[in-house]
Amino acid sequence: MIKIAISKKLHGASGAMDLKIDLELEEGSFVALSGESGSGKTTLLRILAGLEEAEGNIEVSGEIWQDSKSRLPTQKRGIGFVFQDYALFANMSVEQNLLFVKNDKQLCKKLLKMSGLSELKERMPNTLSGGQKQRVSLCRAMMSRPKLLLMDEPLSALDPSMRNRLQVEILALHKEFGTTTIMVSHDPSEIYRLSQRVVKLHLGRVVEDGTPKDVLLKTSGSQKFSFEGELLEIVKVDVIYIAIVSIGQQLVEVVISSSEAKSLEIGSRVSVSTKAFAPTLSPL
Amino acid sequence: MEFFQTMELAPFLLSFKLAALTTLILFLISLPLAWYLSQTTSKAKPILEAITALPIVLPPSVLGFYILWALSYNSPIGVFFEETFGIKLVFNFTGLVIASCFYSLPFMVQPLQSGFETLNKNMLEASYISGKSKIETLFRVALPNIKPALMTAIIVTFAHTVGEFGVVLMVGGSIPDETKVASVAIYEFVEIMDYTSAHIYSGIMVAMSFVVLLSVYIFNAKQARKVGGVV
Repeated sequence: MIKIAISKKLHGASGAMDLKIDLELEEGSFVALSGESGSGKTTLLRILAGLEEAEGNIEVSGEIWQDSKSRLPTQKRGIGFVFQDYALFANMSVEQNLLFVKNDKQLCKKLLKMSGLSELKERMPNTLSGGQKQRVSLCRAMMSRPKLLLMDEPLSALDPSMRNRLQVEILALHKEFGTTTIMVSHDPSEIYRLSQRVVKLHLGRVVEDGTPKDVLLKTSGSQKFSFEGELLEIVKVDVIYIAIVSIGQQLVEVVISSSEAKSLEIGSRVSVSTKAFAPTLSPL
Repeated sequence: MEFFQTMELAPFLLSFKLAALTTLILFLISLPLAWYLSQTTSKAKPILEAITALPIVLPPSVLGFYILWALSYNSPIGVFFEETFGIKLVFNFTGLVIASCFYSLPFMVQPLQSGFETLNKNMLEASYISGKSKIETLFRVALPNIKPALMTAIIVTFAHTVGEFGVVLMVGGSIPDETKVASVAIYEFVEIMDYTSAHIYSGIMVAMSFVVLLSVYIFNAKQARKVGGVV
């Protein structure tokens, strides 16, 4: 069990805020942490890593990392951390980056092989692509066989196809090592694919906590599908009103009644759903 | 040609000995100081930075006067060294080294500090997370990644010490083979209107300084190509 009960005063862009988190994580689980920027996700990871101070207690597998009397230094926590900007040691080759953490040649070889980096082990980090760098960073984080793996938006700087491939690799590593993992992510498909539990933060508090299905699927009642979008414009055409909504990268038109048109506000978040018996699906 | 055969090399040798020793001592002092300044969030940081930068703005005579006053036989420090170790601290080579260390301190600390400050913080944190102490991180991660800044700090400190004049003259005087460095020798040549010697000495100083600075810039350009930007 990993028990987290911490609080910290933050001074963010939106003024002062209290980060107050009370969580228990199963050992070996994969937890996604989501929420708007400024909601305290990164700070929570940094507190767990011991890089920032906070009030409260942290207990990992019976080991006290922090309580009212003491605080275990970062160096002794035995964690793995994957940064969004990779943070590789620029003066060391791929292999040296891994061996710097722990001089375990066998594990290093295994990790490099698992992520297809064996051929690149002599290369210097600045000669690698973004995807390769993040693979190295991931392998490096696993070198200490961490009790807890923390990932701060590890894939958000990569393009979608590279993201997909690395998601598969993260999953493979998680299965192989069974490391308890907390990953900050905004990508619903990534969260759905990788995690068993989603914790959503808002202004420093947990506002949602459940399976990806419960938290991410926005349908309710008899709705069959539902999309979230932003209302861009309401156009009056003869006697009907047409709302133009931006969903993801696409614009859609939805017919609405005049009373709906009056109650909706341009620029607000709306959900578009239907109870249709058989929505048509056609290949793109 | 005749001049070159009879030319005194001692002032140059003395200048280089002084510069080498000063650079070495300052490197050892400045490394922890620059590392601390780059990492600290303490309120005392601007005060320390201002003190470190003082030798840049103070006239060398002010620095020289205070050092003379602090280390002379009449001061407690001077008396202590004289009575305990039998060492005099002014008007000899030891005094010059001490004075040079004060005079050139900012030229070592500032490039190192700004080098450390441009390092990716996450990279340093990745090292702490890997279980490495601050000291080990300094030597195995931070220093190897600021080679251009390190090179600049060492060379500029060396060159600046070779080029100092006012402080040296005040604290050391002009004792041949003891405190008469190249810059002081040139001053004396001009004073006795031996312009030929002054020209040759000055020419050598210009040429050497240029070569030294050129090599720094070539090295830094090569490093920039090799390691690239932030990784």
